[in-house]
Amino acid sequence: MFGLDKKDASLLLIVAVLVAFAPFLLNPFPEGSAMAQFNAGYPDLMQRFVIFGIFAIGFNILFGLTGYLSFGHAAFLGVGSYAAVWMFKLLSMNVLPAIILAVITAGIFALIIGYVSLRRSGIYFSILTLAFAQMSFALAYSVLTPITGGETGLQLALDDPRIFGSATTADGNIPVPGLFGLEMRDSMELALGGWVFTFNFGYYFCAIIMLVAFYLSIRIFRSPFGMMLRAVKSNQQRLNYTGLNPRPYTLAAFVISGMYAGLAGGLMASMDPLAGAERMFWTASGEVVLMTILGGVGTLIGPVLGAGMIKYMENIISKINSDILHGWFAFLPDGLEDLVVTMIYPFIGKGWHLTLGIVFMLVVIFLPGGLVEGGQRLARLMGRKKAEQPKSAKTEPAE
Amino acid sequence: MSKGNLTRRGVLKTGAVAGAGLVLPTYLRAQESGFTNAPTGSTVTLGFNVPQSGPYADEGADQLRAYELAVEHLNGGGDGGMMNTFSSKALQGNGILGKKVEYVTGDTQTKSDAARASAKSMIEKDGAIMITGGSSSGVAVAVQALCQEAGVIFMAGLTHSNDTTGKDKRANGFRHFFNSYMSGAALAPVLAANYGTDRKAYHLTADYNWGYTTEEAVRTSTEAMGWETVGTVLTPLTQTDFSSYITPVLQSDADVLVLNHYGGNMVNSLTNAVQFGLRDRVVNGKNFEIVVPLYSRLMAKGAGANVKGIFGSTNWHWSLQDDGSKAFVQSFGTKYGFPPSQAAHTVYCQMMLYADAVERAGSFAPCAVAEALEGYQFDGLGNGPTLYRAEDHQCFKDVLVVRGKENPSSEFDLLEIVEVTPVDQVTYAPDHPQFAGGALGTCNNGA
Amino acid sequence: MDAIILQILNGLDKGSAYALIALGLTLIFGTLGVVNFAHGALFMIGAFCAVTLSKLLTLSHTVIDETRTDFLGNPLKVEVPYVYDVFGQATGDAIIDWAVPLSILFAIPVMILIGVVMERGLIKHFYKRPHADQILVTFGLAIVLQEIIKYYYGANPIPTPAPAAFVGSFDFGALIGFEPGQIIYPYWRLVYFAFAAVIIAAVFAFLQFTTFGMVVRAGMADRETVGLLGINIDKRFTIMFGLAAAVAGLAGVMYTPINSPNYHMGMDFLVLSFVVVVVGGMGSLPGAVLAGFLLGILESFASMREVIAIIPGINQVIIYLVAIIILLTRPRGLMGRKGVMED
Repeated sequence: MFGLDKKDASLLLIVAVLVAFAPFLLNPFPEGSAMAQFNAGYPDLMQRFVIFGIFAIGFNILFGLTGYLSFGHAAFLGVGSYAAVWMFKLLSMNVLPAIILAVITAGIFALIIGYVSLRRSGIYFSILTLAFAQMSFALAYSVLTPITGGETGLQLALDDPRIFGSATTADGNIPVPGLFGLEMRDSMELALGGWVFTFNFGYYFCAIIMLVAFYLSIRIFRSPFGMMLRAVKSNQQRLNYTGLNPRPYTLAAFVISGMYAGLAGGLMASMDPLAGAERMFWTASGEVVLMTILGGVGTLIGPVLGAGMIKYMENIISKINSDILHGWFAFLPDGLEDLVVTMIYPFIGKGWHLTLGIVFMLVVIFLPGGLVEGGQRLARLMGRKKAEQPKSAKTEPAE
Repeated sequence: MSKGNLTRRGVLKTGAVAGAGLVLPTYLRAQESGFTNAPTGSTVTLGFNVPQSGPYADEGADQLRAYELAVEHLNGGGDGGMMNTFSSKALQGNGILGKKVEYVTGDTQTKSDAARASAKSMIEKDGAIMITGGSSSGVAVAVQALCQEAGVIFMAGLTHSNDTTGKDKRANGFRHFFNSYMSGAALAPVLAANYGTDRKAYHLTADYNWGYTTEEAVRTSTEAMGWETVGTVLTPLTQTDFSSYITPVLQSDADVLVLNHYGGNMVNSLTNAVQFGLRDRVVNGKNFEIVVPLYSRLMAKGAGANVKGIFGSTNWHWSLQDDGSKAFVQSFGTKYGFPPSQAAHTVYCQMMLYADAVERAGSFAPCAVAEALEGYQFDGLGNGPTLYRAEDHQCFKDVLVVRGKENPSSEFDLLEIVEVTPVDQVTYAPDHPQFAGGALGTCNNGA
Repeated sequence: MDAIILQILNGLDKGSAYALIALGLTLIFGTLGVVNFAHGALFMIGAFCAVTLSKLLTLSHTVIDETRTDFLGNPLKVEVPYVYDVFGQATGDAIIDWAVPLSILFAIPVMILIGVVMERGLIKHFYKRPHADQILVTFGLAIVLQEIIKYYYGANPIPTPAPAAFVGSFDFGALIGFEPGQIIYPYWRLVYFAFAAVIIAAVFAFLQFTTFGMVVRAGMADRETVGLLGINIDKRFTIMFGLAAAVAGLAGVMYTPINSPNYHMGMDFLVLSFVVVVVGGMGSLPGAVLAGFLLGILESFASMREVIAIIPGINQVIIYLVAIIILLTRPRGLMGRKGVMED
């Protein structure tokens, strides 16, 4: 199917089904129940899952295949979002031109940075990319404020030109991003018993793009080009001796993964038309590195899982407060309730970072291959002998 | 905005047909209520979006305390705090419009992206009808724009940049906190009275929007008093050691250093400036002075003894002796054991003002609430008679000029009030050049 | 001229902080080959050793003073430190005043212990794992350490002043014929510089002139062969890790009077210290120190008004710009060894 072998096709199919039914899968708990706090099936977070999934998939094309660890990938995401918001300001609120420009701009940016940075390898390469990204952040936050909005981020205004669209809506507000009349935030709701499921247009728009991006990444992994990239990773010197110049291949991988980041940035701006400079800070670059490693470097689906995991923690765990805890444990006797709440309290709400750190450590200590390995172990434990991942998809993590 | 919406769980919790499967295009339900997240049950959900991680986490924690206190008071618990001193008597202590106040919390991380994600989750997932909080202008502006788009009210927390109610103002956003212009206008006369009108000032400014507006405000006001600005240098947000920015001051003929910094930047730059002996210097026959336009007591604590004798401005301080402040300090102090910060005070006021506006409007609809707040005059919330101006949704009230206390009697007693600058002195025209550009737009009820 | 001298002093001062942190990092990262994202956290914990000691010294019992009232109008509870009871008020104050220098003695064993525990308990298992895994586990550890500190000490900076004897500035200008008050430099910053110099010299001497150091250097160059010679290199690497933690911690302790410490100060320095180590060249201790001072001085010059006027925003990017230029002109940084973390 689509030029994929059977295993890849079934993986793609599984992902497609998961993504399509995400609004159900992510809302397993009935509305209003104590556990509803853990529901993640609302549009913003679902959009974030797939957008950061795209970001991580792209990052994995570079890191997973070539082993080049870029520590400045967030810069491309940031540039992509700025480009998209500028399109909203100048052109129209249609997301297509915005996303296309975001990808192109990020690609050009990646070409320049990649061309320079790929002259070095290993840690020297990482620091070069880091330096470029940090420079982008610092300038965007300060001297480039007229272009980037600086601290407050680049946002839409009522007096933007928007030459192909209306500057304001009929009732005097800023229009919202859409696709030929369909607004990204349009939602349908389905109430089934105590459950409420939200189907958001923007989410499905992102999801389709992610599936395309995922499909492309499978094709890249399986292509001769992908093979060449793996060769770069396993032994670059030997590759040189065979008379091949690996630079064009690594540069192509770098630009492709930069364009993925730009695509993610463009989508982010389309879902929420604001671009902040923090998107380019080194912690954001570090986040995508962590997502990829957490999920499983070099695996196809790992980065998406890692992205989902981190975003889930950030958005769900951070919102649990002591009030909610008391609500959960209200059935316990008073003294015991307080004790349990006191014990859990440091790990939730403002302590969500602590939980995140602990999860990082536990995963890497007990699941050396990341979450994907966890899934594989679980599958083996369930007695299913068939391997979840096609063998060739599992490459050794980068050195 | 006919059909776009962000989901409304409040409706569904109680209003959805139980048991039966039902697909509703959202605009159908929109017509039932007419606005985003209309509360239909016996409760109403508000979203408290404050920094819980990152450098402003302590301010965020103090804001959360104030919110919890306000919720308690609105629901009729505790001693009622400033509800008793508030000039409007619409609030009954039975929640808002008879609905019990519930809340959700989130972490802004002091990043505009994270803050918007958090606010969106409150609106989409938890059905919050109003979002409030925050401890920086970047976040306030970002969340304010989001709330405008989503059709909920945003009651800003600690945000001091002119832009929040200037070029980035929004019809659904309201600010109780004061701003850069007011700081400048309040500080200048006090500085002139204490340090004379013949001074040469050197500015170190945080290199981002808030820094720019604060520098501009302080510079214009002090120059109007006869001061001369001999130098301004922008410092990176991520700077931790300011020594290389301080030493050039030694070389210049400046005799006043203005630190347009906030938070960690302020603590470090002030500490460094004092380290380099600036306060012991004598230039042009005058004692060298340092000014910090925006003071935060929580942050000032981080600078320790270095704040002694240094002028700045603040929105509110717990040592104020009016009835409202006393009631609030009493109530907050009894519950938590220490006095509230200005961040806590401003968000408590915002809660009271919002709840009161809903009561007076008789509706939770954002446009009705906005109308009730616009041009509203009130008193008894600790800052004297105050006006919520309709043109830009900025509160106009007295501004405190404070000075680091020489002999603090406790760890909270860091600042002393030098002057309460009357509101007339800090009022400006809505089209003042420092606030130019941008427009409120029209209020948005959401779907 | 005097402006330039001052900026050189600033640069040396900043540089000594960078160099100290980078020195510890390069012991772990440049030589043991572990990408240690928790190094900034070690620096931060060092700083909080000073905070903790001054908290311990001011550990108090409350005495109710009926004559004064607190903000709620209740009788004021006065905190009286226990050291007053033991040593009397004057000596007690003196001890509290000297908390930061005293913390050095406190921090050395604590930091060595933390370093050793970290290596034995965690890092040891990651020597053979990919760098990616090392990044994840040390980053996780850094977050956990940071959050623990935040839990106990809050997020705001905590003032930890230098002893009164070190408050004030030294007048360099007067020494070399400038007008008094033109070139002055705070005593504590000079102390920091001297302290950094001593530590750096001590680490070099230790590695260069002791048998232990010789074995470690041999182990860095070729771990397997040293192992084959029957030398237990693991144990020595553990000690090196402890040493690196102690260097980072001491850098933190001494830094507290310069800037009030807070829980995320480690993260602020983390990226910078990686840049310094890599610019200095992987596997080179002198390189790390040199790069630290170089970047410190350049950063100071870039923050001058005259320079910013020519290139706006240069103060924002100088460190990264210099890093790029150096890495592009010198493939292995200033003094890097061939083959260390190049692939």
